[in-house]
Amino acid sequence: MKKIIKDFIVRERCELSKMYSLLKLSPADGTQLIDVHPGQFVQVAVSGSKNTFLRRPISICNIDTDRNELWLLVRLAGDGTAALLRSERGDVINLILPLGNGFSISSPSQSLLLIGGGVGVAPLLLLGRALKDAGCKPEFLLGARSANDLLLIDEFARIGKLHISTDDGSAGEMGLVTQNTVLQKKWDMIYCCGPAPMMKAVAVEARKIGAECEVSLENMMACGLGACLCCVEKTVKGNVCVCTEGPVFNINELTW
Amino acid sequence: MVNLNVNIGNLALKNPVLTASGTFGYGTEFSDFIDLSRLGGFIVKGTTLEPREGNPYPRMAETPSGMLNAVGLQNKGVDYFIEKIYPTISGIDSKVIVNVSGAKIDDYVGVCRKLAERTEIEAIEVNISCPNVKQGGMAFGTTAAGAAQVTRAVRQAFPGTVIVKLSPNVTDITEIARAAEAEGADAVSLINTLMGMAIDVERRRPCLSTVTGGLSGPAVRPVAVRMVWQTKRAVKIPVVGLGGIMNGRDALEFILAGATAVQVGTANFIDPAVTVKIIDYIEEYCQRHGVSDINDLIGALEY
Repeated sequence: MKKIIKDFIVRERCELSKMYSLLKLSPADGTQLIDVHPGQFVQVAVSGSKNTFLRRPISICNIDTDRNELWLLVRLAGDGTAALLRSERGDVINLILPLGNGFSISSPSQSLLLIGGGVGVAPLLLLGRALKDAGCKPEFLLGARSANDLLLIDEFARIGKLHISTDDGSAGEMGLVTQNTVLQKKWDMIYCCGPAPMMKAVAVEARKIGAECEVSLENMMACGLGACLCCVEKTVKGNVCVCTEGPVFNINELTW
Repeated sequence: MVNLNVNIGNLALKNPVLTASGTFGYGTEFSDFIDLSRLGGFIVKGTTLEPREGNPYPRMAETPSGMLNAVGLQNKGVDYFIEKIYPTISGIDSKVIVNVSGAKIDDYVGVCRKLAERTEIEAIEVNISCPNVKQGGMAFGTTAAGAAQVTRAVRQAFPGTVIVKLSPNVTDITEIARAAEAEGADAVSLINTLMGMAIDVERRRPCLSTVTGGLSGPAVRPVAVRMVWQTKRAVKIPVVGLGGIMNGRDALEFILAGATAVQVGTANFIDPAVTVKIIDYIEEYCQRHGVSDINDLIGALEY
């Protein structure tokens, strides 16, 4: 897939909470969005941030083909994302895309559970849509601190059955996603994106129930193009770039 | 028409813009964004005798107007480079310069001998200044005697153009440059990264797995320009300037300070098409200033 560098215009910024916004972007030159694969990411240039100068790698949350919009779910993590969260309708944001490998698409006969934690739910929206389009019946297990921290649940509910875990029990089951009773069922395939400790715990559960499991890593990056070798993850093949060999890995490739 | 051709020893470049080792992969990572044949040349990732896994993650920390890295020369070794990688880039109409690194003198010599067998490889850059490896690397680059020792050995092992890459982590960089010149280096390039450190205060831990790392980006540029200017006045061989070049204006700072060619590094991470923009800017600048030959600008600082 050819990578491009392109200006996008902010069509809408939906503030989901103080910590999270959904940015809806369209190509500034009015051209059609290029095809992307679920799980791929973009490198976002951040203007208006005095203390940062590298791009920010952010998962592609959704492609709205009808409106020619690309969605990015942004979490306040530092000065760079703070500047992105200040962006307004009409602002121009430069992206490099599409980057990384993306998730595999399962066959319709398989039982699929997509597990997301925090901002990690982002790529699971596009993945869920793609799986549904491929004839699969994906189900979602979303985890958050509390009901107020659950992101985009209406969007997920439109695609498949929703299971929820919150730390305080304010929505769904109380506890971690790995404690959710839905994991007692037999799943053929688990897709997971979230904080590293959560993904490692999910990998353990997946092995226990004999499910295949793919996780999307969020290692810090500089270039996003496989040039700087900063974002490496230790794998069975040695250190590999998460930006080009990942961000999605089958857990059997990792040393977890 | 502006003449942008410059020469580094016997190495003829179509323009003075190169890419810095370790920031441009093997070039092909950037082929979706630029026509690689526009470049004066590209300096590929540091190559060692044996494959190296590099340092553990995290290897990078963003800092004010810069970044620290501690990659630690991860590469698949010189044999893999010659057999698998070089054939994919040798057809590009631009000069490929191989960055050579090692822990011992014999390592440098071993890499150089293997590269010398491929006569189409015209030039190497000898890294005596990597701050991120335990042995060798910067150790050779911080004393004149060490720099001389590596340069002498490499000079005997490689018949093409030898550029020695210098460390800024020294008291007097001109002394090191003179030592490399005296042992037959065709050029020196400077600066490699400045050794630095950043701390995650919430976790009371260093940001890098190696604690210290190499600082690059615009934060180091004034230091680099100063060292290029000093070095140009101390040696007769060409000086290749690098350190925080983000655009054409920055590149001209180095050229006016005395650099025959420049290398673009960290800027590639932010704008993968930045190198061709720099070439275009230099040409436009020359036209605007009535300069018909870029060589007339080298060291043309007025003061």
